Amino acid sequence: MQPINERALKLGDDSLILGQRLSEWCGHAPMLEVDLALANIALDLIGQATLFLGRAGDPDALAFRRDVLDFRNCLLVEQPNGDFAQTVARLFLFSNWQELMLRDLCSSDEFGDIARKSVKEVAYHARYASEWVVRLGDGTDESRGRMIAGLDWMWRFTPELFEGDAAPLRGEWDARIDAVLGDAGLDRPKDSRPILGGRKGHHSEHLGHLLTEMQFLQRAYPGATW
Amino acid sequence: MYTTELEKQRMASAQEDPEKLAEFDARVAADDFIEPKDWMPEAYRKTLIRQISQHAHSEIVGMLPEGNWITRAPSLRRKAVLLAKVQDEGGHGLYLYCAAETLGTSRDEMVEALHSGRAKYSTIFNYPTLTWADIGAIGWLVDGAAIMNQVPLQRTSYGPYARAMVRICKEESFHQRQGFEIMMTLANGTAEQKRMAQDALNRWWWPSLMMFGPPDDNSPNSAQSMRWRIKRETNDEIRQRFVDATVPQAEALGLTVPDADLKWNEAKGGYDFGAIDWEEFYAVVRGEGPVAKERMKARTKAWEDGAWVREAALAHAAKRAQRMAAE
Repeated sequence: MQPINERALKLGDDSLILGQRLSEWCGHAPMLEVDLALANIALDLIGQATLFLGRAGDPDALAFRRDVLDFRNCLLVEQPNGDFAQTVARLFLFSNWQELMLRDLCSSDEFGDIARKSVKEVAYHARYASEWVVRLGDGTDESRGRMIAGLDWMWRFTPELFEGDAAPLRGEWDARIDAVLGDAGLDRPKDSRPILGGRKGHHSEHLGHLLTEMQFLQRAYPGATW
Repeated sequence: MYTTELEKQRMASAQEDPEKLAEFDARVAADDFIEPKDWMPEAYRKTLIRQISQHAHSEIVGMLPEGNWITRAPSLRRKAVLLAKVQDEGGHGLYLYCAAETLGTSRDEMVEALHSGRAKYSTIFNYPTLTWADIGAIGWLVDGAAIMNQVPLQRTSYGPYARAMVRICKEESFHQRQGFEIMMTLANGTAEQKRMAQDALNRWWWPSLMMFGPPDDNSPNSAQSMRWRIKRETNDEIRQRFVDATVPQAEALGLTVPDADLKWNEAKGGYDFGAIDWEEFYAVVRGEGPVAKERMKARTKAWEDGAWVREAALAHAAKRAQRMAAE
C-alpha cells in the first residue's frame, strides 16, 4: 500500500483536475439544464479535492503551487473537453470507475469519511453521464457519430485507471460500461496500446496549460491571501 | 441580477373589455396577485413578458463575466463559491424563463429574441472583468444593486414573478456578502491587491448606478408599470437608496467612490451624487457596450454548438416513447 500522502494526492488530483475541466463549460453548455448540472458536478469535485488534498497537506498550496511532475491525477481527467460528447465520454468512463473505487474506500481508516460523502455524489455523476451516453448514442446520426468519436478519444486512457490496487475493479467496471453501451446501441471501442504515466507525474501536454490558467493568481502574486 | 425597463416602446392600447379591466385594476390596487389563468390586459401581459424575459436573459448573459474567472479563482474555496454563485444565476434564469412561459411565450422564442438583438439584457454585463477584484465588485455592487431592485419585486402583482423573486432575493443576498468579503480581503491585502480593488470600484461604480435604469423623467413605461404594480418604486428612488447604503460600505473598505460630487446632504438624509453619463447608458442599451459583441457571440456560439445535443435529446425521447408504445 502506498503512503497516505501519495494516495490522497491521487484521489484529490483526479477530482480537482476533472472539476477544473468541467467548470470550463460554465455559461457555454448546450442548454441551461446541462449548464447547471455540469457546474454542480464540478462543484462536488472541487469539494472532494479540497478534502482529499487536505489529508496530504494544505489543499491550496497543493492545488496552486505544484508543477506538472508532482500532479498524480490520471490522464483521462485532464483531457480537453472537446465537444459535449467528448466531455460526456470522459465523465462516463471516469465516474463509473470513481464510484466503484470510492465505494471500496468507504471502509478505509484514512479516507472512509470522505469516501462515504463523495460516493453518493459520484453515483449521481455516473448516472448522469450514462444517461447522456444513451441519449447521444440513440439520438441522431450526428450525435451517434460524435459519441463514438468521444469514446474513441478517451478509451486509450482507461487502462491507467486499473493500475496497482485498482486492478480488481476492472471486471465490474467493464460490466457497467458494457451495459450502458448496450442501451445506447454502441460498440465498445477497440483496445489499443494503453497510455500511462499520470500517476507518476508524466502527463499529457494539456495539463501544463490547465495549470497555467488555474494557478495564475497564486503564481503572479506570491504570498498574497485571497 | 436584474434588468430594468430598457425598451422605449409604447404600451399597446388594445381595446379591452371595460368591465374586466375595471375588475383587474381593482384587484391590482388591492394588492391581489394575478395568476396565469386569470384574465389580464394584453399590454400587461406584454410588459411582463418583456420584463421577465429581460430579467432571465440578464441572468444568463451575467454568467459570462463571472464565469470568466472560475478557472482562475485564486483558492479552492473561492472557486467553489464562484461556481455555486454562477450556477445560482443560471438557476434564476431557469425560474424566470418558466415564469415568462406562464404568460404564453416559449423559451425558444425568448432565446431567439435575445440572439437576434430584439430582446435586451442588463447593460452591466457588457463591461469586462479584468481582474479578480472585478468578481468582488460584481458581487458587492452589481448584486447589491440587484437586491435593491428585486426586493420590491417580491410584491409585484404577477404571482409567478413575485414568487420567483422571493427565492432569487435570498440567493442574491448571499452573493452580495461573498462579493463584499472578496473586496474586504483585497482591501486589507497587499498594495497590489488594494490597487486591484480600487480599480474595480472605479470601473463598476457608474455602470452599477445605471442598472436602475433611466432617470424618472425619462422612463417612459414607469408610470403604467407602477399603476399595475409590476414596479413598486421609481428608478431614482431605488438608485438613491443604493448610493446611501453603499457609500458607507466603501468607506469601511477604505476605498474611494469615484465621484468628486459625492457628499452627504443632511437635509434630505441621503447623499448627493454626480451626474450619470446617460449617453453611455443609452449607447450600451443600443448594443455598443465594451464587450457587448463578445457576450452575444458567446451566447450564440453556445446555442449553435449545442443544437445537435438538443436535437439528439428530442430524437431519443421520441424513439423511446415509440418503443414504449410498441411494447
